[in-house]
Amino acid sequence: MKKLTKVFVNSPYVVWSALFVIVPLFIVIYYAFTDANGAFTFDNIVALKDYGHNFRISIGYSLIATIITLIIGYPVAYELSKAPPKTQKIQMMLVMLPMWMNLLIRTYTWMNILDNNGILNKILSLLGLGPVTFLGTPGAVIFGMVYNYLPYMILPIYTVMAKMDDSLLEAARDLGCNGFNVWRRLILPLSIPGVISGITMVFVPSVSTFYISQKLGGGKIMLIGDTIERQMQSNYNYHLGASLSLVLMVIILVSMFIMNRFSDGAGEGGMVA
Amino acid sequence: MKKIVCVIVACAMLIALAALPVSCKRNDTVANLEGDYTGLEGTSLYIVNWGEYISDGSEGTLDIIKAFEKTTGINVTYDDSTPSNEAMYAKLKSGAVAVDIVIPSDYMIQRMIKEDMLQKIDTSKIPNYKYILDEYKNLYFDPQNEYSVPYNVGMVGVIYNKTMVEGTPDSWNLLWDSKYTNNILSFSNPRDAFATAQFLLGQDVNNTDKALWDAAAEKLKEQTPVLQSRVMDEVFNKMEGGNAAVAPYYAGDYLLMKSINDDLEFFYPKEGTNIFVDSMCIPKSARNYEAALMFINFMLENEVALANAEYLCYASAHSGVVNNPDYSFKDNEILYPDSEHKPKTQYFYDLDPEIRSYYEKLWEGIVR
Amino acid sequence: MRIANKIIKWHVYVFLYLPLVIMIFFSFNSAKSTSVFEGFSLKWYGELFSSSDTLEALRNTMILAIASAFIATVLGTLAALGIYMVRNKIYKQSMLSVTNIPLMNPDIVTGVSLMLLFVFVGRALGFSQYLNFWTLLIAHVTFNLPYVILNVLPKLNQTDKSLFEAAQDLGAPPPRAFFMVVLPQIVPGIISGAIMAFTLSLDDFVISYYTSSGFQTLPLKIYSMTKKVVKPDMYALSSLIFLVVLVLLLGSNIFQMRAENKTSRVLRKEQKARKKSKEIAV
Repeated sequence: MKKLTKVFVNSPYVVWSALFVIVPLFIVIYYAFTDANGAFTFDNIVALKDYGHNFRISIGYSLIATIITLIIGYPVAYELSKAPPKTQKIQMMLVMLPMWMNLLIRTYTWMNILDNNGILNKILSLLGLGPVTFLGTPGAVIFGMVYNYLPYMILPIYTVMAKMDDSLLEAARDLGCNGFNVWRRLILPLSIPGVISGITMVFVPSVSTFYISQKLGGGKIMLIGDTIERQMQSNYNYHLGASLSLVLMVIILVSMFIMNRFSDGAGEGGMVA
Repeated sequence: MKKIVCVIVACAMLIALAALPVSCKRNDTVANLEGDYTGLEGTSLYIVNWGEYISDGSEGTLDIIKAFEKTTGINVTYDDSTPSNEAMYAKLKSGAVAVDIVIPSDYMIQRMIKEDMLQKIDTSKIPNYKYILDEYKNLYFDPQNEYSVPYNVGMVGVIYNKTMVEGTPDSWNLLWDSKYTNNILSFSNPRDAFATAQFLLGQDVNNTDKALWDAAAEKLKEQTPVLQSRVMDEVFNKMEGGNAAVAPYYAGDYLLMKSINDDLEFFYPKEGTNIFVDSMCIPKSARNYEAALMFINFMLENEVALANAEYLCYASAHSGVVNNPDYSFKDNEILYPDSEHKPKTQYFYDLDPEIRSYYEKLWEGIVR
Repeated sequence: MRIANKIIKWHVYVFLYLPLVIMIFFSFNSAKSTSVFEGFSLKWYGELFSSSDTLEALRNTMILAIASAFIATVLGTLAALGIYMVRNKIYKQSMLSVTNIPLMNPDIVTGVSLMLLFVFVGRALGFSQYLNFWTLLIAHVTFNLPYVILNVLPKLNQTDKSLFEAAQDLGAPPPRAFFMVVLPQIVPGIISGAIMAFTLSLDDFVISYYTSSGFQTLPLKIYSMTKKVVKPDMYALSSLIFLVVLVLLLGSNIFQMRAENKTSRVLRKEQKARKKSKEIAV
């Protein structure tokens, strides 16, 4: 293959990703370390100490949400993989379908349902259980995260489980393994890649969300995403916004790194529509 | 292959949806226009306004923007996503967008004039300016009427749901009452929020004493545990749906909410409250000055001003509206209280940068 | 154990579909409210078709999605090809890592970093306006590219190199050989990448929120609506879009199943025929 051809084919993407993927990251660093006059400063980094609480609750709530989606999603994925092959595709589609409803509307509708005079509280009042305050609580925000990202936990686990060779499981049972051990020694290890994938696909959007906390947190729960949004769109303090984003990126990188230590070898390429 | 066909069909459906001609049910025609609206066809106009702050054609009302576009042939970008004066200021300052018309409140206009962000408006080119009532001319923030044309007049009060609140409250301390914990809303912008505390503490809302602002900030922090949420336009759904019991908000918006939920009542707090005038201004960054003038003149057309006043339910500064016997809020006791019921009011003045950044820092500490 | 699983599964289905059902239900509300149902009415669907800013937002969204999917598909296919062709492992690895960055980064980081890029360049070049349709388009192409690349690259890896070489041996110049031999093999990957890019663009909110100004897409319009008075017309719109997507997915699944049934029917026929011929032989 002629070298010129290779250069010709490769350069558009190299240029594009340099300009619009790499450079922006450096610009974030630039803004994080400068002030309004362009002078170098650590002020924006120092200011981060006031936001420790926001970082803690963001990571905390998304971890809880991730664990919940894992606990719920794992059995569901298993169920799906055991269903008759004909219905598996349809059932998988059913699980993914709610994701096709716009994120904003999904969350907004839950806000309506959970509001003080919303549908859920109306039903509870009828049952004499009195109105319960759902919105503005950490529970509501975690609930929102679980709702919005549960299918992203189910999908990869299901994919891995569906590929599992049934004859392996049969062989294990024939050799005397009881149900629990079949799961612990065979299914669990083989499903780990799916679990890792699921954890990533739930944790990353959860920790960085602002819309879910805005709508379900009643403006009382400020996650990192909320603080960034406020700096960028209301206070127009791009420098503080940049330093907050920088820390968020670091958090994501660290969690990616931790996840990589758990999974074996290279990740699978090829995402199927 | 079949998959591709499916995609194309679905796309075609969506595109067809999008290309559907606008149904003629739309009310976008104004009959008796006094001004001349020719000469600027094909040009563009970028307007920044508050949310839900213009008659938009819903439920048979006049769609003012569409009517303006139809009458003048100008393409309007109507940006109503900025929820506060501070955000409007920041939007103009950041230069992210070139704005032709902006409709901030009095004190923000005062600041923008001080910082040379606005252009002078040649009122001789706005024939309908004659309709502006004298009492809204030569106001403190624009004494020579050079930079602004009044859009709306309003006062802040407290809305409450009479089925959820006992008695007839008359004081700002209703917003701190722990009896209604998690059922109280407040403002999500710092100036309005601080004012609720300042009025309650008997302070001047335009004071420059940092210690007083600290006291107001402490009062606001005391409020956080009983607050359900800090809102602006979200207040409509909350109060109309009975999801909250108490909310401070603007008198005109109360009338709107009342028409949906009759359990809502309103009062002007005895400690005093904020009066404001929102006016149309033309930023220095405007690219279409002539169209901006045309827009202002259009807003002052009798029919248009009446339609807007009816839609917004705010008090109007337009003589043609307030003297119109068909105006449904003529002499309304909330919008136009007589001398007996007029509340104690204060305008917000623009505060100098030192105090401003001080209270903005206090605010960040409250909402963080 | 299985029963417990089944119970969980059905609870999950109800939980997942509750807002959807409510959304569709309230889109037919005769009153203005989204929490109090008063009567059945189609008026919000009517309001939709006469609400020109909603239709404009829809049109904007379509234009943006088609444009960004197209550009991302061309650029992405080229990129996948480029990565495939180069032998250097370091280059391959670094390009793949770079491709992963927009995938791994949360939307808000991608959005904010691009916004700062545009603000920085805009200020440096003295523009009075930094964000517009073009910045939005660039942003969408940027987050779509990895999906296209990750759909095309595996297909490329699966192609038979010898076919390509054979075509050249038979006299075809490399470009022609590519178009006639390689391209048809990777078309499924290109199409699934394009569809993915299109649907991601349609639905994107966060990145659009930070890189657009004035050009309103449907998700942006919905966001500003949810900050204010929300009327059932938004539910009507979402129900319609959802219906279209449902038809799309169901349709493609049914066609696929039919295709599979057809192949299995043909296979079974062949088996029967073979059996019969065996019997006859015996």
